[in-house]
Amino acid sequence: MRFEEAREKVRGFLNAAKKTEVVFTRGTTEAINLVAQSWGRAYLCEGDEVLVTELEHHSNIVPWQMLCQQTGAKLVVVPMTDRGEVLRDAFEEQLTERTRLVAMAHVSNALGTVLPVGELISLAHDRGAVVLLDGAQAVSHADVDVQALDCDFYAFSGHKLYGPSGIGALYGKERLLEGMPPYHGGGDMIRSVTFEETIYNDLPYKFEAGTPNIAGAIGLGAAIDYFTSFDGQAVHAHENAVLRYATDALESVPGVRLIGTAPGKVAALSFLMDVAHPHDIGTIVDSEGVAIRTGHHCAQPVMEHFGIAATARASLGMYNTTDDVDALVGALRKVQELFG
Amino acid sequence: MDLRELYQEVILDHGKHPRNHRFPEPHNREGRGYNPLCGDKITLRLQLDGDKITDIGFVGQGCAISQASCSTMTEAIKGKTLPEVDALFSKFHSMVTSDEGSADLDALGKLAVFAGVREFPMRVKCATLGWHTLKQALGDEGDEARTE
Repeated sequence: MRFEEAREKVRGFLNAAKKTEVVFTRGTTEAINLVAQSWGRAYLCEGDEVLVTELEHHSNIVPWQMLCQQTGAKLVVVPMTDRGEVLRDAFEEQLTERTRLVAMAHVSNALGTVLPVGELISLAHDRGAVVLLDGAQAVSHADVDVQALDCDFYAFSGHKLYGPSGIGALYGKERLLEGMPPYHGGGDMIRSVTFEETIYNDLPYKFEAGTPNIAGAIGLGAAIDYFTSFDGQAVHAHENAVLRYATDALESVPGVRLIGTAPGKVAALSFLMDVAHPHDIGTIVDSEGVAIRTGHHCAQPVMEHFGIAATARASLGMYNTTDDVDALVGALRKVQELFG
Repeated sequence: MDLRELYQEVILDHGKHPRNHRFPEPHNREGRGYNPLCGDKITLRLQLDGDKITDIGFVGQGCAISQASCSTMTEAIKGKTLPEVDALFSKFHSMVTSDEGSADLDALGKLAVFAGVREFPMRVKCATLGWHTLKQALGDEGDEARTE
């Protein structure tokens, strides 16, 4: 069955040990909410702590805030540096014996920072905390191997991997998934139902109530086939080369300021221009045929950190070249002409 | 469409140097506008005497379109009565949202420079933020005006 073949492709892509550790979801957001509501409500008590970092996407903040309201647990935030880094020392400082769960981005969507997740996961495990990684921005830019990372949960979305929207997956260690109650009740997630008792289905179906997004899952499998048909190291090397070129090019435009300058970041460049607001930049570069994103990128605490409301962000994919960067820089010169 | 039609001189000028960019004293009405998608934020205060807006000013931050629209709006409605303001808003709204030809550009005066916004649907929310905030200050829209 092609739906199950797609699950096997996700397993292989994440290098999960077992196919039953892969749960299809609508995307990263639903995967995080699943862990918050199923694992979180079952295991968190008043006074426990959930640790997140300052650079999280709203999807990795709000589900935990909701959980904290429901359980009386406390949300604790690891601060980032002005370059957009999350440092080991700052992380360790916020870990306590009450930290039960750490939820953090593998890669920041607004800044491109790659978090030192291997090191942070091991620190968290030393304290007995469970770790969820938000992999939405990482899957197309970084190597993902959930066994090597030793994360407990990993969430990602198909549309960030050149696949369809409305489909994604949650990886969870079998031991943890087994101990979690279902997230949604309904069809497919049961073995038998009477009005007296319902026996839940095995993993991963216990977490997949209702008719699944079969077409989406198969589409995600196709996207994984496509993405993995390229040599991962070559893709990273290409993106890094274009990133270096783009960083120099943007810095050479007077009045441009890069936001997020962590060493080893992926090819996402958030920036400001002194002459124009990000939305005006967006409209003008769009008319020059360059698509960028403008706004707070669903990471308002990041904007708050830098004392700004929005940035313009060029996110480079494996298909982008230095010609595209030249087109962006040309469009930014138009912005200067108009607003300067 | 040529960007110069969107970013007309008047808009660039008001975007850079917004008029009435201060709170009037005295004032008896206040509105807050926020576009959660952009982060554009304005606070508008005005003095309403009877049904006439005798003074108005705003403070805030945002893109050139939202700041220029708010700035030109304050100039256009100072001294106007509420029915006149309503009529102006409905003409402005139809100019930035409806098909060409339906807008009464003559009646809009300087505000007609925003006619180009119609070609950029993503920016309609920027051009109308100030106006929705005004409606909210006058008690016609909830606690905070939102355009998204």
